[in-house]
Amino acid sequence: MKKSYKIDVDCANCANLMEQAAKKTDGVKDCAVSFMTLKMKVEFEEGADADAVMKAVRANCKKVEDDCEIYL
Amino acid sequence: MNEKQKKLLMRIVAAAVLWVPLFLMTEGIVKLPVPRWAVFLLFLVPYLLVGHDVLRKAFLGIRNGRVFDENFLMAVATVGAIVLGEYGEGVAVMLLYQVGELFQSCAVGKSRRSISALMDIRPDYANIESDGGLEQVDPDEVEVGSVIVVQPGEKIPLDGVVTEGISSLNTAALTGESLPCDVGPDSRVLSGSVNMTGVLKIRTTAAFEESTASRILDLVENAASRKSRSENFIARFARYYTPIVCCAALALAVLPPLFCMVTKTGLASYDTLGGLWRDWVLRACTFLVISCPCAVVISVPLSFFAGLGGASSQGILIKGSNYLETLSRVRVVAFDKTGTITKGSFAVETVHRSPLPAEEVLEYAAHAECHSSHPIARSIQDACGKPVDMSRVTDVEEISGHGIVAKVDGKTVAVGNDRLMNRLNVTHEDCFHAGTVLHVAVDGVYSGHIVIADELKETSRQAVEQMRRAGVEKIVMLTGDAESAAKKVAAEVGLTDYRAGLLPADKVSAVEELLRECGSRRRLAFVGDGINDAPVLARADIGIAMGALGSDAAIEAADVVLMDDDPVKIAKAIRISRKCLRIVKENIGFALGVKLLCLLLAALGLAGMWLAIAADVGVMILAVLNAIRCLLVKKL
Repeated sequence: MKKSYKIDVDCANCANLMEQAAKKTDGVKDCAVSFMTLKMKVEFEEGADADAVMKAVRANCKKVEDDCEIYL
Repeated sequence: MNEKQKKLLMRIVAAAVLWVPLFLMTEGIVKLPVPRWAVFLLFLVPYLLVGHDVLRKAFLGIRNGRVFDENFLMAVATVGAIVLGEYGEGVAVMLLYQVGELFQSCAVGKSRRSISALMDIRPDYANIESDGGLEQVDPDEVEVGSVIVVQPGEKIPLDGVVTEGISSLNTAALTGESLPCDVGPDSRVLSGSVNMTGVLKIRTTAAFEESTASRILDLVENAASRKSRSENFIARFARYYTPIVCCAALALAVLPPLFCMVTKTGLASYDTLGGLWRDWVLRACTFLVISCPCAVVISVPLSFFAGLGGASSQGILIKGSNYLETLSRVRVVAFDKTGTITKGSFAVETVHRSPLPAEEVLEYAAHAECHSSHPIARSIQDACGKPVDMSRVTDVEEISGHGIVAKVDGKTVAVGNDRLMNRLNVTHEDCFHAGTVLHVAVDGVYSGHIVIADELKETSRQAVEQMRRAGVEKIVMLTGDAESAAKKVAAEVGLTDYRAGLLPADKVSAVEELLRECGSRRRLAFVGDGINDAPVLARADIGIAMGALGSDAAIEAADVVLMDDDPVKIAKAIRISRKCLRIVKENIGFALGVKLLCLLLAALGLAGMWLAIAADVGVMILAVLNAIRCLLVKKL
């Protein structure tokens, strides 16, 4: 299952960091963050609860870049 | 500028105003008897004013275990400078760093908006007639088959068929073609085009998500998430670059002074041991300022994004930065003949060797073929010019791979290829003309043959020429047509290389063979119209579908979609990709080059923090401006 989320982040490197943080979150199979379109595309693991996983993704992203936001 | 940016600007201006007199004072240009501790406190005001968020983020970063965060680096570098008594420099570095951040944020925001504007085909509303008036509704809510009204100046919100009204449409947003396209009742119209002159009533044929505008937007928005190798390289680079430079800074701060102290060399140039340490720690702080990777990291995705945006403004949709990169390395282009360099619409060219008048032969043939919907049958019916009277036709027999035999006005008419004539034992004459040939026999007597040709597109020859000029070394035409027809078309467009008589499966193997010839560095593009060549589009390094407006299959299968059916766009797409990749390389080379140079100068003590931060911000500004050049592709 793939979903796309709107995000807000200030710098390109921070977007890369968010991508890595999201990829490491449990339940996320793959993730691509586009700084230019301010979109995060997440591919979830089979049977994962998207909402719960995204909350964890957001928490992890906030850890690496406290200014970022993912609009769930 | 948004709220955040305005706030930052105010802070920068205020801090700069406070900083200038203080700096003049410390440099001794303005002489004031202020004690050292007071100067320190005075400098602290602009420092905290402009840099408090950086310090906060640095603190948060450490708490979350992120040591090599750029905020942390800036914090350490500036605090280091201030502790060493370089108040003016420490504050200035923070100030310039924030100027860089502000500029970057504005430039990216600006280009994001201008690129989005290029692709702005999202319709905001649809008009539905209700009780004599018009009601604006969300295009999402319009059901398939309902009638919508589009007024002049409005975007067509959903794909559909015109039921009433005549108008001109501007399809520039979809195809990059600025010539208006005239529509009337029964014309198919696509969402995203703009109605220019008259009121149109349209019966919708697709829901909003299935409409052309949504599909294209979806494609373009997803494009940026397929990253190119350059983007991945830069992301990986940034991951290692910062830690390495930080370690180097630490080494620079500790090792050389220790070395000097142990070996007792070079101590003469310093008054005290403290002076020695101070010098090297300052150099290390300069290193930290240079270790910030953002200038490089921003410019690469920005270049690709601008390139994708520029291409889409020309009616060339590229599905990802990775395809833009592959496209730039295309050296071999293989393409399908029908629908790519020919119009894919057949037309009767002439009737040969007939004892009967040409009209009569066409009339017989048109009637015999009256049940067929094949494009060739239709072309004969068109050439015949008269309406077909079905009641004159009886006993239609279609012989697969041969042709048709039917009774027209009681006469047995056979229309088909050589094999059909042989089968019926009719002596026929071969045609020396290239093209598809249909022999006609009436009551077993040979009545000549109809030559049917597929018209070349006007720009095909130019397209081939431009591809050559764009650096394509080998252009091959693949076609299912007979050798003679293929040869003629190839000669007309200026090609020497063609493969004729291919079945759809043969095309895949022909492309595979060409791929083997390409080797590892050159890339092969296949261009098709998306109709029954999806396997080939998928097999090639890069699949380009043409004239794909409204053809879902082609949009799915291809990596690059040319919205209109002009083959010249192939060369244009290649040129856009080359330009974009050249800019990416320029940016990477330039930014890295300047960074490395600064590192070297800083290590030797030739560059101070001033130069380091100015280089950092300057490189970023230039790289961003250079990246935006990718948008300028109109005249390419």
